[in-house]
Amino acid sequence: MSPAAEPARATASAEDRFEYVLRLGDTSLIAAQRLGALLGHGPALEEDLAIGNIALDLLGQARLLLALAGRIEGRGRDEDALAFLRDAGQFRNMALAEQPDGDFAETIVRQCLLDAWQLETYESLAGSRDRELADIAEKAVKECRYHWRFSAGWLVRLGDGTTESHTRVRAALEKLWRFTDELLSADALDARMAVSGIGPAPALIRERWETRVSAALAEAKLERPAQRHYPWHGKRGVHTEHLGHLLAEMQFLPRAYPGVSW
Amino acid sequence: MSEPVQGAVGTSREQRVWQTLESVMDPEIPVLSVVELGVVRQVRTGADGRLRVGITPTYSGCPATEVIARSIRTALDQDGFTDVALETMLWPPWSSEWVSETGRRKLEAFGIAVERRAPGSIACPRCASVRIERISEFGSTPCKAHYRCLECLEPFDTFKCL
Repeated sequence: MSPAAEPARATASAEDRFEYVLRLGDTSLIAAQRLGALLGHGPALEEDLAIGNIALDLLGQARLLLALAGRIEGRGRDEDALAFLRDAGQFRNMALAEQPDGDFAETIVRQCLLDAWQLETYESLAGSRDRELADIAEKAVKECRYHWRFSAGWLVRLGDGTTESHTRVRAALEKLWRFTDELLSADALDARMAVSGIGPAPALIRERWETRVSAALAEAKLERPAQRHYPWHGKRGVHTEHLGHLLAEMQFLPRAYPGVSW
Repeated sequence: MSEPVQGAVGTSREQRVWQTLESVMDPEIPVLSVVELGVVRQVRTGADGRLRVGITPTYSGCPATEVIARSIRTALDQDGFTDVALETMLWPPWSSEWVSETGRRKLEAFGIAVERRAPGSIACPRCASVRIERISEFGSTPCKAHYRCLECLEPFDTFKCL
């Protein structure tokens, strides 16, 4: 499209763009760390490999996004500085991503709800006015399609499986559903990014996420839980207590041995 | 999606760089060069006269990408191309469609099938049967899925169509 054909848009500030890209990058990073902790603990070899591969994709996306965030910020922080040298209050990941792995049902439900959000978000971001972000999104969305097929496939198998698997996956859904509100409810920053043509239209993401997740829940013979009060806003730095513990493990090495490499 | 520009006619210096790159093997699949794998996107001479090699990751998190970049740097240095800039190009995103036909034959000889965009494109690399079943969409590396041949009953890896 030629510049003349584009409607006039507000320009996003560097601070806004930095915060917004951090939300995406931190969510991938924290989800990758959670899944990475499961390596060697999968219920079967294929699931172990799948979870490890998904973690690796998410880590790759996080690296690209955090490196971009660092360039936008322009204060010399690279992907490692952003990943390892920030404290919990400075992380902008969706609180869903930091929830513990729990049993396999919890891992699958968390991943499924997150995959649907990432898939729709990246699909939309592939058309972002921010060319660097669009390129990352176009690559990521192909990977997210595989992730969704894996997690939604397991959601259906567990939900439409045995009485035990159904009970467990229903409990996981009840436990984690409240964290979906944050994915779909736009705050002022989400709205500004949409207006500037960088971020997706929040209403569109909500609609597509609802359609995708509702279909998977129906196939899994699971009822959609009621939405409960949601007091955390990971994307604004207000996290559950789980993030600090995760970071303590993830950040130990580079903090104990600054500048270490191997 | 535009085609990768590999093989495009360039200056003789660019062509010699292509020859060097064809000697750099993938760290995971040592029968396949990084050119055949489709991760070398372009070799061009910048406005400043400096050679630029564009490479792309297969998957965002593929750990082989860094090894590949280092191997390329070493090979270029050895052949006297000491001032080449390596650039990462994310767009257009890599696809198994970019594995060259030579690359595909080498992969099959190595025991790895290659999925193309056309449905039913996967054949057993051992007996060429198309009677196959998928075991898992995730294999030993991010770019591979795991299949089993229903004819010869052997399991095999497949470069999945991303």
